[in-house]
Amino acid sequence: MHMADALISPAVGGAMWAATAGLTVYSARKLKEEMDERKIPLMGVMGALIFAAQMINFTIPGTGSSGHLGGGLLLAILLGPPAAFLTMASILTIQALFFADGGLLALGCNIFNMGFFPCFIAFPFIYKKIASSGEGAKRILAAALAASIIGLQLGAFGVVIETVFSKISELPLGTFLLVMQPIHLAIGIVEGVVTASLIGFISSTRPEVLEAAAGPARGKPFSIKPVLIALILVAAFTGGVLSWFASSNPEGLEWSIARICGNKELKSPESGVHALLSRIQEKMAFLPDYDFRKEKPEGLAKSESAQGKENAWPSMRTGTSVSGLLGGAMSLVLAGLIGFGIKIFQGRKSGRRDG
Amino acid sequence: MGSIDSSFFDIGRLDALSSKDSPVHRIDPRLKVLTTLYFIAIAISFDKYDPAGPVPLLVYPMTLMIIGEIPFSYIAKKLLIASPFVLSVALFNPILDRCPMLNLGPISVSGGLVSFASIMTKYVLTVSAVLALIACTGLDSICSALARMGVPKAFTIQLLFLYRYIFVLGEEAARMTRARALRSFGGKGLGMSVYSSMIGHLLLRTVDRAQRIHLAMLCRGFDGEIRHGEPSKIRLSDLLFLAGWCALFTLLRLYDFPAWLGKGLGRLL
Repeated sequence: MHMADALISPAVGGAMWAATAGLTVYSARKLKEEMDERKIPLMGVMGALIFAAQMINFTIPGTGSSGHLGGGLLLAILLGPPAAFLTMASILTIQALFFADGGLLALGCNIFNMGFFPCFIAFPFIYKKIASSGEGAKRILAAALAASIIGLQLGAFGVVIETVFSKISELPLGTFLLVMQPIHLAIGIVEGVVTASLIGFISSTRPEVLEAAAGPARGKPFSIKPVLIALILVAAFTGGVLSWFASSNPEGLEWSIARICGNKELKSPESGVHALLSRIQEKMAFLPDYDFRKEKPEGLAKSESAQGKENAWPSMRTGTSVSGLLGGAMSLVLAGLIGFGIKIFQGRKSGRRDG
Repeated sequence: MGSIDSSFFDIGRLDALSSKDSPVHRIDPRLKVLTTLYFIAIAISFDKYDPAGPVPLLVYPMTLMIIGEIPFSYIAKKLLIASPFVLSVALFNPILDRCPMLNLGPISVSGGLVSFASIMTKYVLTVSAVLALIACTGLDSICSALARMGVPKAFTIQLLFLYRYIFVLGEEAARMTRARALRSFGGKGLGMSVYSSMIGHLLLRTVDRAQRIHLAMLCRGFDGEIRHGEPSKIRLSDLLFLAGWCALFTLLRLYDFPAWLGKGLGRLL
């Protein structure tokens, strides 16, 4: 359930980045407060363990398919929520950077979906509530099952919401939910069973690990409410601002860039260039009704969006963007040529250096 | 089992690439990270019915790869195998959005196909930029850059630790998987009970290892901070790198470069 950059909009990515950054700062501060220095290497090595464990598959009885561990809940049980969150965040960062599993801008979404929900929701509110009220393997199993199922359902729901809000995928909310939630129900059950059996194994062989690892975090009352409220506010604010940029103006990003660049000295020559270029563009117009977005008249655009998706595109737009495709291919070739040029230039330079 | 070995080999390869020396390797990591983030934001801000628009942006990852001497085939392979998620979500677009959008002679292309192409273009751009960034920077430099840009220390230390021990535990996990595979006949013993006791043992060893590491670190004077070598200073060429690329991305976003090219070519024909 790693989301990729290509499927999210800048507004959603930015909002989730803001939320995740807030959580990271909060967790780091929390960790500093309870500073148990042993936790630093423990977190690093545990992260590596989850990483390694994710690469070992096991067969799921009766299905013939294989599964692997997600790890968020296990980390929360062993390290406590803030440390587990930071560890999950680092795992997802490494996956994004080295394995192209999820993207850099989508990292906020991914850390939120796979770190926040298991560590800050599923563990304190579900696992701990069930597991702390009694002993026994069955109770741990029930707690782990409930927590990982709910954690993964929330995570999958997050994926769906973020994807639908981004409006890049055509998948409607209902269908996407119907696909994602049952799949993650199954994954959640497997995850819960594996987590419970691991906890059972540790508590039967080395129970002190469980107590020592989560000790300091367990003692303190843990309140997430203020963080949660702050987070929602930050995310809503960022998302709202960004999407307002995007919607108030079809070229919202340009507008916001102009806003950031700000000063008029910069603006006026730019518009002059723009005007000049658009005049050239008009003169060069060979396929006049080119363009997906710009030359659509305002009124038409409005009525189209009102009519909804079915009629969003007039049935026949012959010539539309044949030139666009051509242009895309051309710029690809051009980019290739530039690269080739650099390579030749470089080769000559290094040749000179050698000779 | 092979996949574990090869994926660790893969990280090692990226690491090796990042230790080369080239003009792009020497750029200050902070500015490289910022440039790449801006690049991604620009790339994904293109309209979803505009697959051609972001194509010129390819210049950035390509330049990094060529100057940084990162083999194309390596990045291309990673692009192919990574992220089935994108493909599986994007594939729904041609199915769900069938309104014809443009005609190529007798064939009419639906809006869904156009937006599918756009998603895949963005995918290639964003992923190759990230891989190029890491291959010409290396995680150590990125972590120190992040720390100097204000990311909490707990997180950057965690990243470094994780990265260091991925190799150690990865090798251990690969050995265990190989041993399990060699002892299993007809698929027996690959189930959950063996798995959980295997991971459980690995976990216990890991906890012990963490204690040993902590002691060793204390012996060497660890005080909760990891010191990176001498901090790099931002030079003029670094600033030019940032400013030049960001200006180019902005221009490519503001002006529809492929459209002009297409029109110009159409006119010539």
